[in-house]
Amino acid sequence: MESLARPHGNLILSTSKSGTDHDFLLQTTVERLHARYAHALDSDRLEEWPRLFTEEGTYRVTTAENEERGLPAPVLYAEGRPMLRDRVASLRHANIYEPQRYRHIVSSVLVEKLGAEQARSTANFLVVRIMQNGDTLLFASGRYVDRIALAPEPRYEERVVICDSRRFDTLLAIPL
Amino acid sequence: MLHRSWPAEGVTRVPYWVYQDAEIYAHEQARIWRGRTWNYLCLEAELAEARSFVTTFVGDMPVVVTRDANGALHAWENRCAHRGALVAMQARGTAERFTCIYHNWSYDHAGNLASVAFRNGIAGKGGMARDAKPESQAPKQLRVASLNGLVFGTLSTESRSLEDYVGPEILPRLKRVLRKPLKVLGSYTQVLPNNWKLYMDNVKDTYHASLLHLFFTRFRINRLTQKGGVLVSKDGAHHCTYTEMVEDQGDAYEKDGMRSAGSSIPQFRLEAPELLEQVDELGDRVSIQILSLFPGFVLHQIRNSLAARQLVPKGVDRAELHWTLFGFADDDEAMTRRRLLQANLVGPAGYISMEDGAATGFVQRGVAGSPERASVIEMGGAAIGSGDSRITETAVRGLWKAWRAHMEI
Repeated sequence: MESLARPHGNLILSTSKSGTDHDFLLQTTVERLHARYAHALDSDRLEEWPRLFTEEGTYRVTTAENEERGLPAPVLYAEGRPMLRDRVASLRHANIYEPQRYRHIVSSVLVEKLGAEQARSTANFLVVRIMQNGDTLLFASGRYVDRIALAPEPRYEERVVICDSRRFDTLLAIPL
Repeated sequence: MLHRSWPAEGVTRVPYWVYQDAEIYAHEQARIWRGRTWNYLCLEAELAEARSFVTTFVGDMPVVVTRDANGALHAWENRCAHRGALVAMQARGTAERFTCIYHNWSYDHAGNLASVAFRNGIAGKGGMARDAKPESQAPKQLRVASLNGLVFGTLSTESRSLEDYVGPEILPRLKRVLRKPLKVLGSYTQVLPNNWKLYMDNVKDTYHASLLHLFFTRFRINRLTQKGGVLVSKDGAHHCTYTEMVEDQGDAYEKDGMRSAGSSIPQFRLEAPELLEQVDELGDRVSIQILSLFPGFVLHQIRNSLAARQLVPKGVDRAELHWTLFGFADDDEAMTRRRLLQANLVGPAGYISMEDGAATGFVQRGVAGSPERASVIEMGGAAIGSGDSRITETAVRGLWKAWRAHMEI
């Protein structure tokens, strides 16, 4: 996955393209990052997840209600790759949870360029949770609000996962 | 009358029908939630302004909690006197008056029926008879009391005072944490796939903490070899357990070959341990304190994470846990940041709490075919009381003593 995406990371920085081409490339670059993120989590390649963030990248799961009330407490929060790796290590070696998978559906990706090497993205997500007995639940819906570093390759500087509902079924183990 | 009877062994056995029986559930609503108990409603900090309100539940009953124009707190059943519709439909806000959308009957902040639309009809036609008494079906008003920033309500006129209800064993432990004005940091709900009592069992079960929650033991946050203790109120209803900050150097878990021992992954260390750094803000070197009040309230201090948890039953096999994370109003930026980082320890994604919903759900599923069998609650013998060992189920037995007393089973 890394090698597929890498060559495209810098394309948007080239200057020989028209504005429309730039928009198209930026859109593709950001959507590709979101797709890699979704597939890493859905395929249980959790170890790849921290690498989709910059070294200081932050990840925060919250609810629309808390955002609207201006309340900062997260459901899950990591500042930088070491904390993201700690989350993965804990899921692998400490936390106990029933075998489960997610299926992320990410859509309606709006992208806005913030400068030569940065973009902002807002995207919708649905996450379906599948338990080993077959129970399939619409586990979460919401928005990803991201700040993305485009160089040297696309990575999240900040990913805020704003869940539409304040309610979480049983537990939130695998990141959204 | 209930036809159930308790096993002869007493509270060292908890029959599984207590988690399954719809008749028991209905009986609990009347005898416990609407009975002689005090129920946590919200934080005073959520009602900071005059005329503000929040909606919540006492058991199945929807409740509005308000602060009136003069600053007094009220709580009343969120049910219109007329046809029973919800009066307040928003989760929180401020209001001059509360008006049922169905037929425009309105209520003041104390829940008194203030007006009935077209009560006298129009132009001498229609309306209610002069001697009609719509107030006779007015929403029930709860007795409200606030304790160090926590708001409680009771539906029974026979309840003792809130401080007496909490009792001398547990009250100082509650005041220990809630010593200053609070500030809400956030809230969310965890849906538990089990009967509400399985969650209270879990909270009061000091024996499970370091065995189920491996994060505790792997990082030596809390092992039963660390100093601490359990306090149980005289009636068994409430409990408090605490652990001191001393880092444990023992190897009791490794010697016993426990699943939760750290030895299988000796190099397992946090890359970013600042997540766990505690400032001893309460000045007594307690790193974790979990306190529960019957029937459904939990207050936790886990390092610098503080939260109120309100348990709301949602049928025989489902419950909701409403978490409200808070700090103190005078927290500086560094303390707020610490609390936000340590929010990772708690809630549905909590390093040391995510397993609770799963484990209690496993019990609900595991006992499905055995209503007449029973849990074995014999750690620490059969006694109910305080002590300095947490390898005990004394507080769990306390829960069942209190439950049986309320239910007269």
